[in-house]
Amino acid sequence: MNKLDWSMIKIKKIKIAIASGKGGTGKTLISTNLFYVLQQKNINITLVDCDAEEPNDLVFFNGEKEKSFKVNQKVPVIDESKCTFCGKCHEYCNYNAIFILPSAKIIKVIEDLCHGCGACSVACNFDAISEKDVSLGTVSCFSNTEKSTIIEAKMKVGVFSPVSVIKEAIKEAGNYGIIILDSPPGTSCPFIQTVAVADYVILVTEPTPFGLSDLKQSVETLKTMNKTCGVIINRSGLGDNAIYDYLKQEQIPLLMEISFDKDIASYYSKGELFIKYKSEWKHRFISMFNSIIEKYGTCSN
Amino acid sequence: MELAVISGKGGTGKSSISAAFATLSEKVVLADCDVDAANLYILFNPSHEEEQVYIGGQKAEINYSLCTNCNLCIDYCRFGAISFLNVKVIISETSCDGCKLCSRICPAEAISMIDSNKSRMYAGTFRNGKMVYGRLAPGEENSGKLVNIVRDKAKTIAKAENIETIIIDGPPGIGCPVISTITGVDYVVIVTEPTISGMYDLKRTIEITSKFNLKIWVIINKYDLNMEMSNNIESLCLKQNVPVAGKLPFDTQVVNAMVHCKSIIELNPNSQIALQISSIFNKITQI
Repeated sequence: MNKLDWSMIKIKKIKIAIASGKGGTGKTLISTNLFYVLQQKNINITLVDCDAEEPNDLVFFNGEKEKSFKVNQKVPVIDESKCTFCGKCHEYCNYNAIFILPSAKIIKVIEDLCHGCGACSVACNFDAISEKDVSLGTVSCFSNTEKSTIIEAKMKVGVFSPVSVIKEAIKEAGNYGIIILDSPPGTSCPFIQTVAVADYVILVTEPTPFGLSDLKQSVETLKTMNKTCGVIINRSGLGDNAIYDYLKQEQIPLLMEISFDKDIASYYSKGELFIKYKSEWKHRFISMFNSIIEKYGTCSN
Repeated sequence: MELAVISGKGGTGKSSISAAFATLSEKVVLADCDVDAANLYILFNPSHEEEQVYIGGQKAEINYSLCTNCNLCIDYCRFGAISFLNVKVIISETSCDGCKLCSRICPAEAISMIDSNKSRMYAGTFRNGKMVYGRLAPGEENSGKLVNIVRDKAKTIAKAENIETIIIDGPPGIGCPVISTITGVDYVVIVTEPTISGMYDLKRTIEITSKFNLKIWVIINKYDLNMEMSNNIESLCLKQNVPVAGKLPFDTQVVNAMVHCKSIIELNPNSQIALQISSIFNKITQI
């Protein structure tokens, strides 16, 4: 391996999404340990915890909260004294969030179904609709070391979709230095919103039939988005070999393998970074990162 | 009887436990409601007897022969999905929320809405009864509506076939699809693992489930990977008044069963872990 030129890396920028179709394969394990090794190199680095339904990255770091802000959504408020019960807002709403019974002069906003698109306000000819904010969650920024930041997207319990909070957290990360996006599981909307901004995607999987099936779905989705990806197999040694054949056939690089190790599982369970204790992994993470940034990183500015 | 298995955190062993539960009873309807990453069909290879298209939502599309580049739609879109790039108006498919407002306000009538029709619900027969599962097309909003369709189908089949037990394998997280999975079921089983993340996610999962009036149980899976954390989780459950149905050890036989496309009950019914799962199931359903 060539000696790394960190001064070159320092002027580069990249957004790397760490994702997986299946939950619990080790996204957070990879994101937090990668963030930690790079943090030691004194480069500008941001970790964004985009798993807003169940964010966990902060468990592994002590940071000082720098700021946090609420993510809101607009929902309509209907002034019944101005409403003529014409039904146009109901017709404009593509989410069935306005319930109307004109004969009984009843109109209600079902806030849980509202996406805050504003169509009802546009529809109303009688100035009967105003808007109020409802909270969807919080984005919090923690400074970890001088040059590293952790941004956490956290959806409020009971909210239906994490997407708005995720988008705001990613926006907060800006467009500078190394950005690691710890993605939500699956291939639905929250995943798409996260990987859409990424220059490279690392898919973390495990060598089981469930892991393989979900990996295939992720790979197919990334293909349609024209995203390049590589794979980390976690807990190798458990399960079977079908996944290796699949990677070969699809010509997807196997970036790293982490064999099943009770030590690693135990460190993770305690909220500790295994890389601090198993230093042989440091250069594996760094050389993996280097191979990615060399190819997919761009120059800052 | 409807029993839903959920987990908050992914990868705790939810599907393996659902699969075990589904092979303990004589005959069941198994509903895989993890529509974003349905996996149980891999184990049970059900026949496809029925398929239903699920319209997940709509996306806006521009007809460029009509677009006058007036940019009005850009001002109205609250999702930041429309921009003016290289002399034309572009709608980002990933950002479009499908609200249809752009299409309604476009003076040139250049924007139409296209149905997202790639998601499916399947129903069929497997070796231990009937199975229903949903597959959400990539990028769709996981709104829980497909979960409702899968559950309704499972109930209809259970009634028609006179099957008493419905086992539901739920999605991870705490959002809308989880709420749809647990609404109105008889029992909710939360599978957790002895990690800080597991405990943290369990707290949020208990918070969401306690908003509903449900019988909730917790299973601590792989409890022996961190005994101290397992004890902490038990204390948390005690404090929250949620009973722990049982603790299961880490056992590679469970992974083995999956590799052989079987549940642990089918692979080795007399193993310690199979017997433990069976007694947990009986405890929950009070058989």
